[in-house]
Amino acid sequence: MNLTGSRTINADVATVWAALLDPEVLKACVPGCTEMSGSADEGFEATVTQKVGPVKATFKGAVAISDRVEHESLTISGEGKGGPAGFAKGGANVRLTAEGDTTILEYDVEAKVGGKLAQLGSRIIDGFAKKMADQFFANFQEAVEPPSEDDDADTEETKKKGWFSKLRRA
Amino acid sequence: MPKDTGIGAATTRREDVRFLTGRGQYTDDIQTQGECAAVFARSTVANGKIKSIDTSAAAAMPGVLAIFTGEDFAEVGGNPAGWLINSRDGTPMHEPKRPVLAHGKVRHVGDAYAAVIAETVQQARDAVEAIEADIEELPAIVNMKDALAADHYVHDEIGTNQCFDWGWIEDNRAATDEAIKNAHHVTTLELVNNRLVPNAMEPRCSIGHYNPGTDEYILHTTSQNPHLTRLLISAFVMGIPENKLTVIAPDVGGGFGSKIYHYGEEALVLAAAKKLGRTVKWTADRTEAFLTDAHGRDHVTKIELALDEEGNFLAFRTETMANVGAYLSNFSTATPTFLHGTLMAGNYTVPLVYVNVKAVFTNTAPVDAYRGAGRPEATYSLERVIDKAAREIGMDPIELRRKNFVKPDQYPFASAAGLEYDSGNYDALMDQMEKVADKAGFEARRKESKAKGLLRGFGVNAYIEACGIAPSNLVGVLGSRVGLYDAATVRVNATGNLSVMVGAHSHGQGHETVFPQVVGEMLGIDPQSIDIVHGDTSKIPFGMGTYGSRSLAVCGSAVVRATEKIINKAKKIAAHMLEASDADIELKDGVFSVAGTDKSVSFGEVALKAYIPHNFPLEDIEPGLEETAFYDPANFTYPSGAYCCEVEVDPETGKVRVDRMTAVDDFGNVINPMVVTGQVHGGLGQGIGQALVENTTYDEDGQLLSASYMDYTMPRADDLPFYIVDHSKGNPCTHNPLGVKGCGEAGAIGSPPTVVNAVIDALQSGGKNVTHIDMPMTSHRVWSAMNNA
Repeated sequence: MNLTGSRTINADVATVWAALLDPEVLKACVPGCTEMSGSADEGFEATVTQKVGPVKATFKGAVAISDRVEHESLTISGEGKGGPAGFAKGGANVRLTAEGDTTILEYDVEAKVGGKLAQLGSRIIDGFAKKMADQFFANFQEAVEPPSEDDDADTEETKKKGWFSKLRRA
Repeated sequence: MPKDTGIGAATTRREDVRFLTGRGQYTDDIQTQGECAAVFARSTVANGKIKSIDTSAAAAMPGVLAIFTGEDFAEVGGNPAGWLINSRDGTPMHEPKRPVLAHGKVRHVGDAYAAVIAETVQQARDAVEAIEADIEELPAIVNMKDALAADHYVHDEIGTNQCFDWGWIEDNRAATDEAIKNAHHVTTLELVNNRLVPNAMEPRCSIGHYNPGTDEYILHTTSQNPHLTRLLISAFVMGIPENKLTVIAPDVGGGFGSKIYHYGEEALVLAAAKKLGRTVKWTADRTEAFLTDAHGRDHVTKIELALDEEGNFLAFRTETMANVGAYLSNFSTATPTFLHGTLMAGNYTVPLVYVNVKAVFTNTAPVDAYRGAGRPEATYSLERVIDKAAREIGMDPIELRRKNFVKPDQYPFASAAGLEYDSGNYDALMDQMEKVADKAGFEARRKESKAKGLLRGFGVNAYIEACGIAPSNLVGVLGSRVGLYDAATVRVNATGNLSVMVGAHSHGQGHETVFPQVVGEMLGIDPQSIDIVHGDTSKIPFGMGTYGSRSLAVCGSAVVRATEKIINKAKKIAAHMLEASDADIELKDGVFSVAGTDKSVSFGEVALKAYIPHNFPLEDIEPGLEETAFYDPANFTYPSGAYCCEVEVDPETGKVRVDRMTAVDDFGNVINPMVVTGQVHGGLGQGIGQALVENTTYDEDGQLLSASYMDYTMPRADDLPFYIVDHSKGNPCTHNPLGVKGCGEAGAIGSPPTVVNAVIDALQSGGKNVTHIDMPMTSHRVWSAMNNA
């Protein structure tokens, strides 16, 4: 299955690029991710718990980042094994383009599933994969964009939003 | 006037009383004190190397009693193929070992590599999730063409993905090639016979029981032939002596072929029962049924038909790739060969037939016989190419068929594909079909459809099939490892009622109603006093089970022979009672009388005397009244039929609706017309399902995408019309005592090409030059074909 999409992120390319390579960002953005260790250079180890239709499983797997062209594009690929529930593997090609103060992030995702996940059928899996991708990039956007000025700095909401930008400024 | 009892009566099915009131006793309904549960760990990849299986965490989980892996069965035998096929060059087929649990490699998604036995199903399921299997995924071999070209193999040890390359009839090959080369016209068609999941309503289930006190095993299982299952487990897989193993198949909720075969789960529950001294039950869930029941069909065929100027058939030539999946299921090698190639002459006097079948291993579930088993594939190829030829040479498709039909005065007829048809009258069937289907009214109906904006098509088909698979001497020559007779014991109880033990297994066919009609007719007694016992190897002499529409033709004949023996002995007893010679005793309406006198005794009095043999002449007559017969037929039986179908196609959407479906069949003599009609109805439903909606889809990695009813479409009531079914034009089989031919598969054999021919006719009538659409003819495929034409 293939998914494509793009988002305009209210941050400069360098910030977006750095966030893509940060395990803490990835951990926060991958829906259901409970553990993420490693580095962009060495690869990440990830644990993700997800419920897909009737199948709930914990996937353990490796994530690698390759084809890095500084501030322009990279490929994220990974494979997670969930035991008898099956497996998921795939990759995302991500491209960044500066547009004024913002960054346009475009992605092509290719995903494959096996075992019980595949047997659930494309109606469930395709919808689920789209939801996962949407959530990831929405989380990512939220983590990277700076809080807008009228946000009250003390609320939970704004603490979450823009936390990566704040860290970078600090 | 229709009879209300005995042969020919449309007696309602006595088994339906329990089936329709929820009182059937299926394998999973059996609950035993202290039983535990088996759950299997199944491969999530299509092709993989088992590097390690760590069961330690699983073994420590609550309720877990034992865990088995392939290692535990490395020393026992494998599940064999029932037929040995030789390739064209004379070399024997490749028969890789099919172990109880995968060992070394997993070869399809769903291939079991471990089994957990626990106190409850839930505990076993949890423990399966805790098994750490390190399985390295290897590239999957899915597509048959790729498989034949690949340099990696489903079974590394045989070094090819081709199981065999079979030619039939090899001696006719050169002459067939020559005839096609020189023919006035050759019609060619490439087609796919879509892969089907059997979808029995009851999933497979097996219960293993072991008694350490007697060293005896009992296997309750969902089987169409418990004796063959016992034989395979005893002689090939586990070496349990047959006298120590009882196999019982109680009520079985549909099989359609998929429950003919022995499966590894049956061996596993027996091994586990012995190890634990506990009763062990496994019940498949629906996903396991999709993944592991032997699938059906899956042929890719190129067929050529050569004709002369007048439309006479000169030769048929086919090249087929037949998918056998990852392992050879028990009948998987017979299905695409002797149940397929031998039928490729159809109903026709064609002088030359050459069939080439390459059987191909792939990383998919095993493929085997499914309702029709080879004959639907033969009929589909043949009747599609004939239809296409009729269009190409501008001849009416019925006329072209009639021109080439075997004629009634040609029987026995030696077909160009090597069979001897004993009886039939294909023109008479076609006449009857045209009449009962109101073919004359078609043009008016087409106009009505047109007024609604719909394209109406008329499709026709003539089929022949070979049923009652048999005889042993022939199948032995062709490579069968078993004989194909059947057996029956007729036991007359002292009080005059009867138990008839039969080797055929009934799982929807109505044997419990039909067999007593035969025995009741012969003895002149009420069939209600006769009961059938089936499905239990400890109660029945032997049996080769139910498949290939063989129950009545083969086992029914054994019942007749055993009943004849009963009559002979009963006459002796009656002669003794009446102080007459047994030659003078006549049996009529359940009364034995001395010819030409008024002296008589009833059947019941004779039965009682047999068991209370005071004053018996013991040197002439043994006490008791029980007889057994084995029957091995002289030939297959050859049902045939003429089918037609009218469809409406919506040109806007491509949606096909079957509006009328007519099946005129020659089943020989009919014992119970209502049961026969029901069998035809079921077959038509499955055939229309194949033609319109059913499809099994693996992706390029060997993942089964159509693994649930979300993605595998079954025909529903609103996909099917009210059928017109006629079996009044039967020509009795000449070589079995009942003159019966077999009706279980006909509907599924005759209907798919009929529906496709009708859709093509509809599209052509709408000016679309569409000559073929592969099944299933979904709206998408039909619409695409119309819009690309």
